[in-house]
Amino acid sequence: MSGFPILSLITFLPILGMIIVLILPKEQQKHIKYTTLIITAIQVILAIILLANYNYSAAGVYEEKSFQFIEKFRWIEISEISWLGKVKIDYFLGIDGISMPMVLLTAIISFIATISSWNIEKSVKGYFALFLLLDTGMMGVFVALDFFLFYIFWELMLLPMYFLIGIWGGPRKEYAAIKFFIYTLFGSVFILLVMIGLYFSATETLADGTKVFTFNLLQLMNPNNYLQDGILSPLNPHNLRFIAYLALFVGFAIKIPMFPFHTWLPDAHVEAPTPISVILAGVLLKMGTYGILRISYPIFPEITRQLMWWIALFGMINIIYGALVALAQKDFKKLIAYSSVSHMGYVLLGMASLSSTGITGAIFQMFNHGTITAMLFLIVGVIYDRAHTRGLNDFGGLAAQMPVYTGFVTVAFFAAIGLPSLSGFISEALVFVGAFGVTNIRIITMISTLGILLGAGYMLWTLQRIFFGPLNEKWSSLKDLEFREYAMFAPLSAIIIFLGVYPSAMLNIMNTSVNTLVSFLFNGQ
Amino acid sequence: MTEYLLVTLSIITLFLPVFGFATLIFFGKKFPKLYLFEVGILFTALIISILILFAKLTYFDKDIVSSLTWFILSNAPNTGTVNIELGIKIDNITAIMLFVVNLISALVHLYSIEYMRGDKRYTRYFAYLGLFTFSMLGIVLTHNLLMMYIFWELVGLSSYLLIGFWFEKKSAADASKKAFIVNRVGDVGMFIGILILFTNYKTFTFDTIFHQISIGNLPFGSEAWLTAAGILVFMGAVGKSAQFPLHVWLPDAMEGPTPVSALIHAATMVAAGVYLVTRIFVMLTADAMLVIAIVGALTSFVAATIAITQNDIKKVLAYSTVSQLGYMIMSLGVGAYVFAFFHLVTHAFFKACLFLGSGSVIHSMHHEQDIRNMGGLRKKMPITYITFLISTLAISGIPLTSGFLSKDGILAGTLVFGKLTGHWLIPVFGFTVAALTAFYMFRLLILTFHGEPRDHHKFEHAHESPLVMTAPLIVLAILSIFIFYTPNPFSPDEGWFLKNWVKTPQQVTPVSSRFDFMKSESKNINIHGEIIHSELYTETLHWAHYPAMMLSITLAGLGILFAFMFYQWKKVNVDKLTEKIKPVYNFSLNKWYIDELYDATAVGQTLNFSKVLAWFDNNIIDGIVNGSAWITKSFSNLSGLFDNYVVDGLVNFTAFFSGFVGFSLKKLQTGKVQTYIVFVVFSVIILLLIFKPF
Repeated sequence: MSGFPILSLITFLPILGMIIVLILPKEQQKHIKYTTLIITAIQVILAIILLANYNYSAAGVYEEKSFQFIEKFRWIEISEISWLGKVKIDYFLGIDGISMPMVLLTAIISFIATISSWNIEKSVKGYFALFLLLDTGMMGVFVALDFFLFYIFWELMLLPMYFLIGIWGGPRKEYAAIKFFIYTLFGSVFILLVMIGLYFSATETLADGTKVFTFNLLQLMNPNNYLQDGILSPLNPHNLRFIAYLALFVGFAIKIPMFPFHTWLPDAHVEAPTPISVILAGVLLKMGTYGILRISYPIFPEITRQLMWWIALFGMINIIYGALVALAQKDFKKLIAYSSVSHMGYVLLGMASLSSTGITGAIFQMFNHGTITAMLFLIVGVIYDRAHTRGLNDFGGLAAQMPVYTGFVTVAFFAAIGLPSLSGFISEALVFVGAFGVTNIRIITMISTLGILLGAGYMLWTLQRIFFGPLNEKWSSLKDLEFREYAMFAPLSAIIIFLGVYPSAMLNIMNTSVNTLVSFLFNGQ
Repeated sequence: MTEYLLVTLSIITLFLPVFGFATLIFFGKKFPKLYLFEVGILFTALIISILILFAKLTYFDKDIVSSLTWFILSNAPNTGTVNIELGIKIDNITAIMLFVVNLISALVHLYSIEYMRGDKRYTRYFAYLGLFTFSMLGIVLTHNLLMMYIFWELVGLSSYLLIGFWFEKKSAADASKKAFIVNRVGDVGMFIGILILFTNYKTFTFDTIFHQISIGNLPFGSEAWLTAAGILVFMGAVGKSAQFPLHVWLPDAMEGPTPVSALIHAATMVAAGVYLVTRIFVMLTADAMLVIAIVGALTSFVAATIAITQNDIKKVLAYSTVSQLGYMIMSLGVGAYVFAFFHLVTHAFFKACLFLGSGSVIHSMHHEQDIRNMGGLRKKMPITYITFLISTLAISGIPLTSGFLSKDGILAGTLVFGKLTGHWLIPVFGFTVAALTAFYMFRLLILTFHGEPRDHHKFEHAHESPLVMTAPLIVLAILSIFIFYTPNPFSPDEGWFLKNWVKTPQQVTPVSSRFDFMKSESKNINIHGEIIHSELYTETLHWAHYPAMMLSITLAGLGILFAFMFYQWKKVNVDKLTEKIKPVYNFSLNKWYIDELYDATAVGQTLNFSKVLAWFDNNIIDGIVNGSAWITKSFSNLSGLFDNYVVDGLVNFTAFFSGFVGFSLKKLQTGKVQTYIVFVVFSVIILLLIFKPF
């Protein structure tokens, strides 16, 4: 595999697709859709090829040579401009056990979201062009190992998302889109500031022995690279690392979304078209927690250790608060949106444990939440397409009317509740096991277990209100799933069941990297 | 027969039903006859489990354990390798439970063929039964806590699906949801308990955990945590075995089809809690056991007082189930381990028989469940009546039945416990419940089968059920007779069941945390070479044997006598009596108002709180977001105005001013040389005046 730029291919393939879509005349809707479908299908195949060639014992995390599928070359090079010095920015891609699951997830969710986009009617060409651009942005975030490049991908996905919600969204789409855009941008500013601060605090030694400032994440993780007087240098007694950590954390926390930065999520979800909700919940939210694991944790290990109790606390708040607010919702989609808040809390809790078990659980939960919540939003989409309402109290008795659909709903709902034999259980259990093992967050973990009770509460109540009871006559003409919808649900259900029964398939990918990350957090390199 | 074969057979019995489930879910619609396949599978599983039972009891003295790694988190820094295992453990208890579960499940499958005929989701029903049987066998076979929890939740799922099988009825949908959520309350506790154990021992396997405790390695180094772990894991049993205060879901669960009630909500799943406690029995401290004993005693009493006034045939049986489960739990709490398990088995048979009998009645009465509309069915349904009678005698604890043997052992156990520890309230509850049970069970029997029919229309149509339904009744009724357990109907201890098959295991808890009577300082080695209780305990048990038996027979007899006086011979006017004790009667009829209490407190307040939080989220948190957006916007509007009027104003003013000055001065530009000269001269003069060079 060495030498073949497979990561660039999987990342920029959608751009190629976008160009094709833009060239195609806008009347050729079918061709546009099939182009997107084929592109995302190839992406899935590439992700599987990556997995097949993946080395399970290579760690990555902070060590360049144990990253896999590396592509690295000089991208921007400006020599000596006054005080700025030499600017060298690398195009640096690579994956390890933390990003591999996310790459898989992104490929799968993009493919499923494409199928779900089939019934988009409004300016199809624009939609799919933006959709593919978004795809590149997401994939790029998970494969970039240079902060500058990471930031570009991070911002790149923002723009198409804005238009996809703002043009193809529901009645309050403009409000939701601008809220999403500005909120995320607000977070990005913090990330940008920290990025620049880090840049001027650390140097990388080039092959010829000269030292240049660096955006290379792996170099930034090495404390030896920092300058004596760098503003974010641990060597500087007056450094601003604590503030920088908080700023960076807020930047990522908005994306997760972590309480109290979560209110853009329900609005964005409610207004976004189904496939965009799927992407939003399935992939975008993971960027926040991924960013923390990839950047905040290894670059600021000492502050991470210092703040773990607080991260766990916010995880707990997310779990309980999200679940309680979900309980009070009357709109199906909003309920699922808040359940996302709750479920991402498990990720935070697991990460906060700073133990291998907890972090493994957190990453696994990121993957599982991606597949499960994607399915939940597709479920909402199916019912909304048919009934044009999402009111939880408008339905009743659909189980008899749409049995196959109800079957998939049951799988997805019980996966969200954390039923054993489905994937969500393993990740939640690992999070709890990991977090409970850490003395100072034990109480927080015990309180958080209430989440599994509340989760069962709102999910089963929803199941009952929509699917059980006497059939509401209004809906006696609703059709059960068609083939296209079947094709979205079946693979996701299969993944959820497979990983619930055989979690090793995913856990083994992460094991080495997570162990390395944990020992790096405590002992350095 | 080798160990390997036995393990293989157990795994086959475990997976057969889930295979049936998958087949029926995917192909049931196309091939409606597939339900026969599922029934066949269950009978195959039954035969295998009989083989296992026979082989285990005959050829294997030791427990058989087999495990494999499910997943592994290797070489974790600080914590080391975490190896999560799946595995099975076959001891005598497992082998017996395998047989009991498979037998009742097979009989219920058979029975359901007729009972559920014509249902629009017929194959779906059998699929769910398969899923349930799989999950239940998983609980029985597992050798570790995690797998226990996994199958624990899976039986919860199948119970949910089966209670809500007729989901078109709102009450059924409500009941299934309630069952799952109430169980989850217990499961959260159980989960925390498991977390405590795992955090300390890095394993879920029972035997390893027990071994660690026995060598003095306590959770977080203290007995208090050991007690806490025991009670927390027991909370799972409180949920699943419908113990007070989480018993509220079981009566509602009667919304499910009656064969399901027999299988899941009477004989097997609800007994899983008892089974769990038998599994963790050896690590229970005295404090934990006392809690368990109290919970059990309270449950049996509360449920019995409610059962007395219920009018729905299934509700009476449901409360009697709760009450009997309380007995088993209480029995474990007082240390009468073997009788708890014995009662679990005997109860499984006679209670399944009672439920299937009630199903037979309901079936023939066209879904009538109110016993006030029945009566006289004895003549129309003789087989149902006789089997129902035998089971009623068994549950009332009348000699010659299996129920007498197990119940008497439990009551003797409580008596001993009372005498040795001074907790006399527990035997008082125990014996009171014995009387109440006999009373309400005979009330049920008399109102249903004796006397004159009260609804003639329905009575006319009533008929005995066909053989597929009565055959299971007959099998179960026969199994409620003493002879299968012991040759001497008055002494269960002499029987093979207790003498050879089930024995109290040795506690692993530190000696200081045990009841005095469970301390092994004064050892008493019984014929099998096992250390059980102190000599004092054996002596007291001996002392308690006859008083307990006499008392329980007398009380049961009294209960039956009263039932006949009230309902058969009408010596007492029941209506008048109820009128007289109206508040007490209502209290019982309304189930101690526990549901109302929960609705008003836990459920209602959570919902209210969630509404408050949703408002908070919408108005405060999001308000801050929108507010800061508004402030930013307003500020930018203001600065826009400032820009427009002040900054730009200054710019424009400067321009205007220069223009004005220019305009004013342009008049001076006359173009005439003379004028300019005059200006120059004047200017010079002025300059000279100012600077005064002279």
